[in-house]
Amino acid sequence: MTWETVIGLETHVELATKTKIFCSCTTQFGGDPNTHCCPVCTGMPGTLPVLNEKVLEFAVKAGLALNCEITRRSQFDRKNYFYPDLPKAYQISQLYLPICHDGAVDIGGGKTIRIHELHMEEDAGKLVHDPWLDQTKADYNRCGVPLIEIVTEPDFRSAEEVIAYLEQLRSTLQYLEVSDCKMQEGSLRCDVNLSVRPAGSDTFGTRTEMKNLNSFKAISRAIAYESRRQIELLEEGKRVVQETRRWDENKDATYAMRSKENAQDYRYFPEPDIPPVEISEAYLERLRAEQPEMAQARQARYQAHWGLPAYDAQMVTSQKALALFFEATVALGAQPKQVSNWIMGEVLGQLSAHGMEAKDMALTPATLARLIALVQEGKLNRNTAVKVFEAVFATNGDVDAYIREHGLEQVSDTGLVSSVVEQVLAANEKSVADFKAGKEKAFGFLVGQVMRQLKGQAAPAVVNQLLREQLERQ
Amino acid sequence: MELYELTALELAHKLHTGEVTQQEAADTALSRIHAAQPHNNAFITVSGPAFPAADLSASPLAGVPMAYKDNICTRGTTTTCASSILGQFSPCYDATVVECLSAAGAVSLGKLNMDEFAMGSTSETSCFGPVKNPWDLTRVAGGSSGGAAAAVAHREVWYAIGSDTGGSIRQPAAYCGVTGMKPTYGTVSRYGLIAYASSLDQMGPIAPSAADCAAVLDLIQGKDPRDGTSLDIPAGRLLDSLTGDLRGKKIGLPVDCYGEGLDAEVRSAVLAAAEVLKARGAAVEEFALPVMNYVVPTYYIIAAAEASSNLSRFDGVKYGWRAEGYADLGELYTKTRTQGFGSEVKRRILLGTFVLSSGYYDAYYKKALQVKSLIKQAFDDAFTKYDLLLTPVAPTTAPKLGESLSDPLKMYLSDIYTVSVNLAGLPALSMPCGFDSKGLPIGAQLIGPALGDGMVLDAAYGYQQDTHWHRHIPQGGDLK
Repeated sequence: MTWETVIGLETHVELATKTKIFCSCTTQFGGDPNTHCCPVCTGMPGTLPVLNEKVLEFAVKAGLALNCEITRRSQFDRKNYFYPDLPKAYQISQLYLPICHDGAVDIGGGKTIRIHELHMEEDAGKLVHDPWLDQTKADYNRCGVPLIEIVTEPDFRSAEEVIAYLEQLRSTLQYLEVSDCKMQEGSLRCDVNLSVRPAGSDTFGTRTEMKNLNSFKAISRAIAYESRRQIELLEEGKRVVQETRRWDENKDATYAMRSKENAQDYRYFPEPDIPPVEISEAYLERLRAEQPEMAQARQARYQAHWGLPAYDAQMVTSQKALALFFEATVALGAQPKQVSNWIMGEVLGQLSAHGMEAKDMALTPATLARLIALVQEGKLNRNTAVKVFEAVFATNGDVDAYIREHGLEQVSDTGLVSSVVEQVLAANEKSVADFKAGKEKAFGFLVGQVMRQLKGQAAPAVVNQLLREQLERQ
Repeated sequence: MELYELTALELAHKLHTGEVTQQEAADTALSRIHAAQPHNNAFITVSGPAFPAADLSASPLAGVPMAYKDNICTRGTTTTCASSILGQFSPCYDATVVECLSAAGAVSLGKLNMDEFAMGSTSETSCFGPVKNPWDLTRVAGGSSGGAAAAVAHREVWYAIGSDTGGSIRQPAAYCGVTGMKPTYGTVSRYGLIAYASSLDQMGPIAPSAADCAAVLDLIQGKDPRDGTSLDIPAGRLLDSLTGDLRGKKIGLPVDCYGEGLDAEVRSAVLAAAEVLKARGAAVEEFALPVMNYVVPTYYIIAAAEASSNLSRFDGVKYGWRAEGYADLGELYTKTRTQGFGSEVKRRILLGTFVLSSGYYDAYYKKALQVKSLIKQAFDDAFTKYDLLLTPVAPTTAPKLGESLSDPLKMYLSDIYTVSVNLAGLPALSMPCGFDSKGLPIGAQLIGPALGDGMVLDAAYGYQQDTHWHRHIPQGGDLK
């Protein structure tokens, strides 16, 4: 029998607001334990939550970008459960009237993933277990960091679709600047609901929920493992138990955490401390007007306007900061394909070497545009330009000053090049003979010798031309 | 006239003219507190004896000794909610009302006894023992702000800040013969009030007179950025706009509040109050408010549901008291909460947990929310015809100590006249309107439309111009 895997996702995204969802503590990642908290986010008696307007704005922006309906009168609800990382013993979330619902994401290849809902909620703290002292310590720094949870319909049929959706989601949220979506720091976390059924069936099988998926790789492997596990169970005539399972990265397998029978009753009810959130048409209009151009739209534009290859367009728009950098460099007169070459090669290379993100880059479009212009004008050798680029990258140093100080101007003086060519030909009679005997390889050797004498600063085209002329004359 | 016989504003006047010093006022209060405390148990924490001098120009009540119910957070002073589970909890922040009153020159003499977590109608569920009624020490002071009402009645302080979730300011004020006001929901910030039922809780004053209450509310009402449910209203105008003129005002008497279960002496005292209001120019008329039949169950479902969630944070993990001898996390929670909460609190947590449980939510909690909006609608309709409503505060005068604990259902039912006001979010005031044959005070309740706090206070102010009930003070002999 052939089987079909059916997947739905619940993705938690940390919003990039400066302050927490219900108080004015910083949301900064890290920090000494319990230094980013106050009586409100630690749920001290008598304190009250007050909604951070920025959180609402970010959630609505995300909802609009995911083509959701926006709930005009939404409300918060309490999810009640006891755990030491949850100081109020309830999480303020949205169950009955989430801020956004019924959206859709186009993941390419003619496939659309429907969004069931998007809601706002607060993050919990962190427990640190010390097996040596047999103690558990609570750190409430993360308590009250704003999250949105985005729940899809069970529309995925493969891990590839899941990854395509997550990449699309990450790009969208990054372009909106509502989240940095760093999986390794937990600012994008994903739970996978998965079931299998005979191909062609229109009823769903029993699903499991997988947690602790910390990378796209983990998600792919977990999906492969879990669908295989479920298919094997069914083929052996056993049944799938509805339960929550934990992905173990080291063992490459999922393990049962808790079954539905042990599921908690969260006793959701409307949060009385926060008035219902009313969204006006004017507010929506303002946010719609503020929506930036997303990656896909930019890709299309770069291809149409500047004839950029599809691959280049995709690479250059992979981060919003890169796309803006690309556009600004082109606007300074640089040839678009040259710019994309530099971005895909040197810029991404240096970012990766420095362990940096494009948005934190010091190098400005003006600097790259100047380098490209110098190469274009024949004043700088492309390889030398790369060295200059690497030297000025970290501090956005002055390109012209660097070239001057290091004597890197390209030699375009044909007289000088000619005399070097003569010297090289005189000193390498064997290679000249080889060339004349038809060995094209010898030509390359001679070019190399000329370049070496000129410390690599000659324009390759000039060297080639003069060398050929003199060889033919001999 | 002795200092203690003055109202808060009268004392404030003497402080302003220099006739009385702040220390004299505080000393008078402290000596009365210390004399009465062994008998009426009104206080949990007493401050003093020395106090920094208040700036008398700060407000009309500057320098007047007062106290807070012990569910209101006071920075650096234990705040217990009269519960073992809070242990020696001492907040690192002041409630907004405390900040407001401190800035207005209030002199706080301490924290007042109450029902545990404000759950109860008698102030007997306190882990510090019951508050006793200064008019008869064998009787309850009412609850849950029993300590506040008892302390003001006996003039151990000239005013107090209580909290009212279903009558907890008004009912003890009635039992103790003082004036108590629950303002419109949202007009006083709840920041720093340890929550019982968030959608119903509201703080307000207990004081000798309606004018005193107006003066206190002027200092504590208004928008607070730390409370999202607080309302942006013009504050500070209540005292100045008191006239006592009731001409042209229409007052409705809901017949459903005067029927079965109402003590005859209470009934006639409240109806006599209606005559006084009539004499000041008001038109008084009876009308039907059948929704009263549903208010008690609706209230107890909503209040218990919210309480079950609000009180979950008291788990022994972060602050307050923790049980000893637990094997794991589950046992830490169970032992702490089993030993730390009293039986009335546990009863309401269980009830609230039940009505929110999956499978019961729709039948209980959701239905209660629907009935709540019907109750609000019924009051809104009534206020299209009437400016104010007049009802009893409680069906009887103060019961004997211990009577109510043995029959909680009867105690819940006695909240019938007060809880509807919280469900509808309305302002209401309890004012003394006579004594029964046992010499116990009787209270009448004036209810206004939302944000009609000024009108409620004005009617009570007018009433108190023509009556003397609010000037009666239990004499020292009764406390011994």
